[in-house]
Order: sequence, then C-alpha cells, then structure tokens
Amino acid sequence: MEQTEKPRITATGLVRPVSNGPAPVSQSNNGFDASRVPVLSESLDDSELFRMYRLMLLIRRFEETCGQHYSLGNIRGFLHLYIGQEATGIGAITPLEARDYIVTHYRDHGHAIARGLDTNRIMAEMFGKNTGLSKGKGGSMHIFDAPQRFMGGHAIVGAQLPLAAGIALAQQYMETDVVTMVFFGDGATNQGTFHETLNLASVWQLPVIFFMENNLYGMGSAVGRVRHRGSDFSDAMGAYDVDVVSVDGMDVLAVREATQAAIDQVRAHGSPIFIEAKTFRFVGHSFADPGDQYRDRSEVDLWRRRDPLVTYPKRLLEYGVVTESDLDDLSASVDAEIEAAVEFAMNSPNPDMSEAFDDVYA
Amino acid sequence: MPEMTLIEAVRETLRSEMRRDPDIFMMGEDIGPRGGVFLASEGFVEEFGEDRVINTPLAESSIIGIALGAAVNGMRPVAEIQFADFVWPAINQLVGEAARVRYGTNGGKFAPMTVRVPYGGGVRGGLYHSQSIEVLFAHTPGLQVIAPATPWDARGLLRSAIRSNDPVVFLEHKRTYRLVRGEAPDDDYTEPIGKADIKRAGSDVSLITYGLMLHHSLQAAEMVSQSDGIETEIVDLRTLRPIDAETILDSVSNTGRALIVQEDTGAVSVSSEVSAIIAAEGFFDLDAPVMRVNPPEIPPMPFSPLQEAEYMPSPEKIADAIRRLAEI
Ligand SMILES: Cc1ncc(C[n+]2csc(CCOP(=O)(O)OP(=O)(O)O)c2C)c(N)n1
Repeated sequence: MEQTEKPRITATGLVRPVSNGPAPVSQSNNGFDASRVPVLSESLDDSELFRMYRLMLLIRRFEETCGQHYSLGNIRGFLHLYIGQEATGIGAITPLEARDYIVTHYRDHGHAIARGLDTNRIMAEMFGKNTGLSKGKGGSMHIFDAPQRFMGGHAIVGAQLPLAAGIALAQQYMETDVVTMVFFGDGATNQGTFHETLNLASVWQLPVIFFMENNLYGMGSAVGRVRHRGSDFSDAMGAYDVDVVSVDGMDVLAVREATQAAIDQVRAHGSPIFIEAKTFRFVGHSFADPGDQYRDRSEVDLWRRRDPLVTYPKRLLEYGVVTESDLDDLSASVDAEIEAAVEFAMNSPNPDMSEAFDDVYA
Repeated sequence: MPEMTLIEAVRETLRSEMRRDPDIFMMGEDIGPRGGVFLASEGFVEEFGEDRVINTPLAESSIIGIALGAAVNGMRPVAEIQFADFVWPAINQLVGEAARVRYGTNGGKFAPMTVRVPYGGGVRGGLYHSQSIEVLFAHTPGLQVIAPATPWDARGLLRSAIRSNDPVVFLEHKRTYRLVRGEAPDDDYTEPIGKADIKRAGSDVSLITYGLMLHHSLQAAEMVSQSDGIETEIVDLRTLRPIDAETILDSVSNTGRALIVQEDTGAVSVSSEVSAIIAAEGFFDLDAPVMRVNPPEIPPMPFSPLQEAEYMPSPEKIADAIRRLAEI
C-alpha cells in the first residue's frame, strides 16, 4: 500500500514507542506476527493521546455498567459487549472526519462512543427509552445517529456490507472525498455479502474501508475451524485485488496510525482498503454466553494481559503524557459521565405506543 | 408421566431420531460443542460425533443449499437456522430450490430435509430477533410449514417432519421453549402433518391460532369462561401448510363465530388465509363476521419493552375480542 508522507508532530519532543512489546502467542489459532505491526511514524499531540484514552475508558465503563444493569433487569434483550476491543475501535474511528460515514454491526456501543455520540442517548437506547438515539425502537444492537453519519447498528451478520458500499458509491457519484468505514467481525467473512461487496468495491473502486475486527471467534466458532485459510486474513484479498493492512488491534496507536494512512489513501485515490485488526473480546459473545466453553482460560488470560486499558495508560505515564493524578481525575470524570448517563436513561420516559407508528408508511 | 419443556421435547426427539436413523445428520451455527444457542443439541457431538452434528460457518444460504443437496441424495438433514430472522439470506435455497425439487423432477427426486427455525417475539429481541417469518413459506407450494405449540406436538410433529420425504420448515416459538411444559413421552408416536387439533372444547366461539398465541388464547378462554360464561373452542392449527380447512370449518359450523389470533402482522397472512377459507366455505354457518386479533401493522418488533408488550396480542386483548364477538 502506498502511504502518503505526513509531517511529524514534534511539539512535545517526545519519542513515541513503536510497538507494544511482544505480540501474544496464542495457543489456539492466532499466530500474530509482530513484524507486521506498522511502525509509528508520527506523533499525535498530548491532548489527542489523552482524549483517545478517555474514550477507551468511557467505552470500558459504559460496557461494564450495561452489564450490571442487564443483570438487574433494567436492560433487556441481547447485549453484546465490546470489552477487550476498545483499542481497535478508538484507533479506527478517531482519525475519521465528521463528514465520513461509519456503518457497523450489533456490537456497536464502542463504535458509537468512539464516534462521540451522546453518551446519555446511547444509554437511553439501551434502556429502550424515547430519549434514546433510535427512540427506544432499536436497543443495544441498533444505535443510529444519521446526523453524525453513524449508520447503525445492524444485527444481521454481513447485511451492513453492501449498504456501506452503497454509501461509498453515492459519494463517488457526488465526487466528494468522503470515506465510508464499515465494521464487521471474522464471522461475517463467511457470508456471501462479504465476497460480493469486496468484488464490487474493487471493480468500481469505491472509497470504502472494510474494517474487520478479528477477535478470533464468531460466537462459539474459532475462525480457524470455519475458514479454510485459518485465522489470518492478510492474504484474504488476493481474489479482489484490494490492499490489505494487518494491525495489532490491542495497540491503539498502531491501529490509529494504520487507519490514518488508509483513510488518507482512500480519500486521495478512492479505492477500497481492507484492514484486519487482531483483537479479542474478553467476555462472552453476548450476555447469554459465559464465553468459556469454546476457548481456554489460558487463551483468554493471554489476551487479558494485553488489555489496552492497562497497557496504554502505562505508556502514557512512561512517556510523560499524563501523571497519576491526571489518570485519577480522568477516572472520576468518566465515572461521573456514565453515572449521569444512567440517571438520564432511568429518568427518561418510555416511548408511547403511538410513537411505534412513527415512520410507518406502508 | 413426566413433563418436559418444549425445548427438551425438541432435543429428545432429535436425539431419538438420530439414534434410529443413521441417514439423519444435523448442521447449523454453533450446534456442536455449544449445543446451539437454545441448546437443542446439547451433548450431541459427544454422542454422535462431528460428522453428524456439523458446525457450519456463518452462512445461511449455504447451510440450506447444502442440506438440500444432501437430501436429494438420500440423506435426511436437519438444518438449524439460529434465529428465524437470519433465514432471509437463505430464501432462494428454500423457496426457490427446495420447494420445487419434487415437482420439477416429475417425482424423480425428493428433498427429505427439515429446517428448524426458532421464531417469534416476546423476548425483547427487537427488530432482528423477534420476527414471525411463516407467511412467506406458508405461501409456497412445495413447502410444509409446521408450528407446534406444546411439547407433545413438538415431539410428534418433529418426528413426522424428519421422516417426511419432502422439505419441512419447522417453526419453534422461542418464548415457548422454556415457558411451556407438558407430557411428551418417549414412545414412537407421531402427529400427522396437515392436521389441526382442538385444544379446548367450547360451543360459543371458535378461536383459531398457533404458536405462542395458543397459550395466550387458552388463558383468554378461561378468563371469559369465568367472567362471562362464554365457552371458546380453540383450534390449534399446528401446520400452516397444508392448512387443515376441515377442522376449522367443523368447529365454525358448531359455534357460528370465528376469531383468528396470531402474533404476525395481519396483512396477507395466516389469519387472512383462514378468514378466506371460512368466508368461502363456511359462510352460511356464520352468525357474525369473522374477527381477527393481529398486532399493529408496524415492522416487528420495536425494542422498547412497553411497545413490544403492546405489539404482542395479550390474553386480555384476546379476551376482549372474544367478548365482543360473542355479543354480536
Ligand atoms: C445472518 C446472521 N446469522 C447469524 C447471526 C447470529 N450471530 C450474531 S453474531 C454471530 C457471530 C458473528 O461473529 P463475528 O462476525 O466474528 O463478530 P463478533 O461477534 O465476533 O464481533 C452470529 C452467529 C446473525 N446475527 N445474523
């Protein structure tokens, strides 16, 4: 992949770490190759580095809080948590511009928070309240915010991929430089829509980033057991002639750097790019799944040792971007934001039945 | 006799059929070690091995298409679609291909396959984990569509489905899985495909229904019996295609009043079909217009707990409808 040379930000004079230490050697099926971790070629300023951490922590606490309220019966239905994948979502979404589009699947709270959507309204949607982003009609899996160009929240695996290509086609038609980023998991690559959309995007050179969060399991299925070429997708685009970027999804700076370069390229040249971030969900597929039947404790532990919510603040401290007391303050402010969001959600009214008829036209 | 839940009845039937006939195998997403999301095949890999309990990739169209290919070659696949809402990517393989095999080969090839589909709402599933998908299949000549509501019927009808030489869409209402308990003995009984069943006798109103709504209707019938002395006869359709017109018309000829209750939206649906049958063939038996209890015409199903509760026909709403119909 061609990368545009970008100016180095040297204001702080800090040398940023280039990699996140040794890559995990999974006993199961993810031989992550550290040599493919992109070298950090630029520096982000301190406030941005700090903002990224705040968003990561906000996601983690949001998800933990949703889990608690699910157990209390305040949140119902199906709940897919993003815990463990925060570095991927933040690294991927923070370099997007406001004019860019995001399309995602049901594991969407993290993406919504990364996009900066209103935490109160995301939480209210979880509770099915009419102040929620979808007025309580969508719930956890269907977070939408069209004005913010956040186009859901799709529960049918793979269904969001052609939609994203369509958004990109419209942008190409209108001759904008808008980038569309679509998220999906390893499981989605088994659907016909995945292969159809990759081919079309390549034939038509659509300005879309296919962002795969390879957390190694589609529900209880290890990717290596349901995919002929195993769990590594770096060679998956051969048939489509689409550029591939593989990145360590537990390293937020690596993800950010790789994604920024991809965005720059798509914006400049229009052609699609496929990004594979190797990551892991620390918890079950959904709240109904304890997540320990199909993967070894040791595999989970191995990944938990690379928890970005531990490694990243450590790096920020090491490089003097933050102090311990900054972190304490941050933690308190994130807790306050989540608490306020829960209060907002709990105190919001339920939608009226009459509102169920809004937007029904046929 | 010991009682079991509906999901247990499904599981025990699958197990005994798998033991009986080595040509039967199962395929679906996470049905192996995990036993499927509703645990219909819990413990099956251990007993039958991975060759007969096949964990598939996440690819519904191929799951159904491959089951079809195996079926026309003499196997008896039982495919699981994890939630009914995920069957849409496989529509062509079912409606387009499987339904036409026997007819299109002039009786030369059969497709003895069963597609198990957990469906329905009341589980806070929102827009994509709550749908009632039966109409498209019930509309299709060449498909048998079964929707049992009790453990007994689930057992007897699943046996018939698996042993049938033609494709079956077997609908299991998710809400009934653990809610409904009943007898379902392990002897080799079957229930006939295409035959409705009278679940409650009554002389004032015929109530025709299926799935979860059978249970709401049974409750409603008790309510109006106690409060108003109205006796409702409840016809459980059990099979949606071919539909049992005879049992419906018999009941209506005894009561003179017909109420159809369903969880699916009403336009062009099972309740419209049953209404049409009664209008065309039972008109002179009627003492009142045919009445229907359908949910509102909105995309099923809003997530908001209150809106979902409003969407689902409740025993109270059904009881009201019975009272109104009995008064006409
Ligand atoms: C068409 C379809 N089939 C099956 C499902 C059920 N399902 C939901 S998520 C999932 C696993 C998806 O795994 P992956 O794409 O890797 O994403 P992850 O959940 O790991 O983020 C399955 C089987 C669905 N929602 N849609």
